[in-house]
Amino acid sequence: MAKNIFVFCEQRDGEIQSVALELLGVAKQLATVSGEQVCALLLGSNVADKASQLVAYGADVVYVVDDVNLAQFVTEPYTQAITQIAREYQPNAMLFGATSIGRDLAPRLSARLKTGLTADCTQLEIDQDGNLFMTRPAFGGNLFATIVCPEHKPQMSTVRPGVMKMMEPDYNRQGEVVSKTIAWDKSKFVVEVVEEVKEVQTVEKIEEAKLLVSCGRGVKDLTEAQNLATKLGGTVSASRCLVDAGMVDHNRQVGQTGKTVRPQVYFAFGISGAIQHLAGMEESEYIVAVNTDKSAPIFKVANLGIVADAQAVIKQLNKLI
Amino acid sequence: MKIIVCIKQVPNTTEIKIDPVTNTLKRDGVPSIINPDDKAALEVALQLKENCGAHVDVVTMGPQQAEVALREALAMGADNAYLLTDRAFAGSDTLATSTIIASAIKKLGADVVLCGRQAIDGDTAQVGPQIAEHLDIPQVTYASQVDYVDGALVVKRQFEDRYQTLRVATPCLVTVLSSAYKPRYMNVADIVAQDQKQVEAITFNDVVVNPEDIGLKGSPTKVKSTATKQFDKQIATYELGAEEAAKLIVDTLKQKHLI
Ligand SMILES: Cc1cc2nc3c(=O)[nH]c(=O)nc-3n(C[C@H](O)[C@H](O)[C@H](O)COP(=O)(O)OP(=O)(O)OC[C@H]3O[C@@H](n4cnc5c(N)ncnc54)[C@H](O)[C@@H]3O)c2cc1C
Ligand SMILES: Cc1cc2nc3c(=O)[nH]c(=O)nc-3n(C[C@H](O)[C@H](O)[C@H](O)COP(=O)(O)OP(=O)(O)OC[C@H]3O[C@@H](n4cnc5c(N)ncnc54)[C@H](O)[C@@H]3O)c2cc1C
Repeated sequence: MAKNIFVFCEQRDGEIQSVALELLGVAKQLATVSGEQVCALLLGSNVADKASQLVAYGADVVYVVDDVNLAQFVTEPYTQAITQIAREYQPNAMLFGATSIGRDLAPRLSARLKTGLTADCTQLEIDQDGNLFMTRPAFGGNLFATIVCPEHKPQMSTVRPGVMKMMEPDYNRQGEVVSKTIAWDKSKFVVEVVEEVKEVQTVEKIEEAKLLVSCGRGVKDLTEAQNLATKLGGTVSASRCLVDAGMVDHNRQVGQTGKTVRPQVYFAFGISGAIQHLAGMEESEYIVAVNTDKSAPIFKVANLGIVADAQAVIKQLNKLI
Repeated sequence: MKIIVCIKQVPNTTEIKIDPVTNTLKRDGVPSIINPDDKAALEVALQLKENCGAHVDVVTMGPQQAEVALREALAMGADNAYLLTDRAFAGSDTLATSTIIASAIKKLGADVVLCGRQAIDGDTAQVGPQIAEHLDIPQVTYASQVDYVDGALVVKRQFEDRYQTLRVATPCLVTVLSSAYKPRYMNVADIVAQDQKQVEAITFNDVVVNPEDIGLKGSPTKVKSTATKQFDKQIATYELGAEEAAKLIVDTLKQKHLI
């Protein structure tokens, strides 16, 4: 019978990705309810020494495949390795980070294992019989759907990074580490990696950013704002005031004569909320405004409004995050 | 070289609003469009057609009105269009959808299958890789550049923190990012020409597929319930010191899964 919750523990250049630790955390919670074990899948080349970290973060068993064919992420070898392990151990559930790796690998696997896959989940629950309830946004975040996969195993899902909580690591936790060898079908290895280049993303388009730290005349120094944006995976934008003052480039101006943006989160720091500014940002999903003037029009469109000094709040946010 | 582009007709979700009273999606009057990633995939195909003489077909699965999307693709320069439509296909999840589309591709034959990375309504990004598995061909996802060089595709594959340049022989499947390719407009000659063209229907009887594997019955995942985003009409303004303010902001955004 299908049993246990398996977690694909994504690593890049031998570094375990934080989404993997988050998944171990949620898997542990689920496994406690369903009376199952958390099994980590650690795939890569020269990665076996990372198994203890996975145990510390909640894995009861770690299956390690340490093989040169897994040195770089390529769909087919990763799919073959997990398919072999899944066929041998019959997991009840299998979780992946909803990253550009997880969202490539998991659907391929689901089709090979002939089972269902739920995409980009933001909430996971389980009952005592091990049935998963997977909740996910669709229609551009306007709708949340709870998906089940009652008759096929493993129940698979990709999970949005940054949503689940990782456990406090406990390096005294005991876990079993099992090393696996894979019977490769190399005739299927037909994708050749010509090069792999790391990129640090710097300048990006504000229209495409998921999060904007937008500043107006009430912000005097942009370095802290820049820091905050980087920490939150977003970028800085501004009102026309700062653009006219030469503090910010025109391609970062929000508003009628600038760009129209619709990020998931829009911070308006020290921006009054003139109609020409609002025209460019009021469709944002969630607006946080910080302004010293209680009657500033920006508060009319903000989901969360704070009457406070913007510079000081930015500083505190940087301390907290 | 024969290319099949899979396009999906979707509601323009950036125009979908939530009715604050009923708390349901307001879909009336929301225009249908070709999914943006799929339009970029079509642009890739049309550039390959210009550069190395490829033949470009478009396929969509959907209701009769999805023909509009196919006609737009023809007017952009696609050669033939196929509409997969049958009541037996309704209610399919991504696995069942990919099974049906793969069966049509098998029937039509293709050296290269292009998909969008993700559809903006279902938002799963699963159909492309699943089609590739059913066809037993390699996949490359998240493509920001696709070229045909010495009998193989050379694809720039994006990750969050890096890119790979991959070389993959045909047959293969590639999923394309909309940010990378700006789709061309329909052109007058092709708008006129598409009027003469047939959109060919493909139904259940035209493909080899096990009825157990498609439709609602053949879908391993089921939508158990749906809810709309809580309508945040309540605007809250707080007068706080910087420290409490920062904490409130972080807690609220975390609770809403926004950071
Ligand atoms: C035709 C036309 C087109 C325009 N197009 C645009 C456009 O595209 N984009 C745009 O942004 N503007 C545009 N404008 C300008 C617009 O009308 C406003 O003048 C501009 O948006 C104001 O920028 P601001 O909010 O940064 O500055 P202000 O309006 O001066 O507001 C500064 C705000 O910061 C607050 N503040 C001050 N100190 C602090 C502090 N320490 N902490 C917190 N808050 C503080 C103040 O209370 C005030 O609300 C346009 C104007 C015209 C006429
Ligand atoms: C609220 C909601 C949530 C859902 N969640 C899930 C889920 O978690 N798991 C699941 O398996 N199913 C799910 N479904 C079902 C799924 O949305 C449908 O199967 C849908 O037809 C395909 O998925 P997608 O829109 O996500 O496409 P994607 O997988 O995002 O599409 C990727 C690409 O595949 C091609 N493609 C996709 N559909 C078609 C088509 N009809 N015709 C031609 N080409 C196409 C296009 O090139 C497209 O760009 C959900 C449905 C709803 C309504």
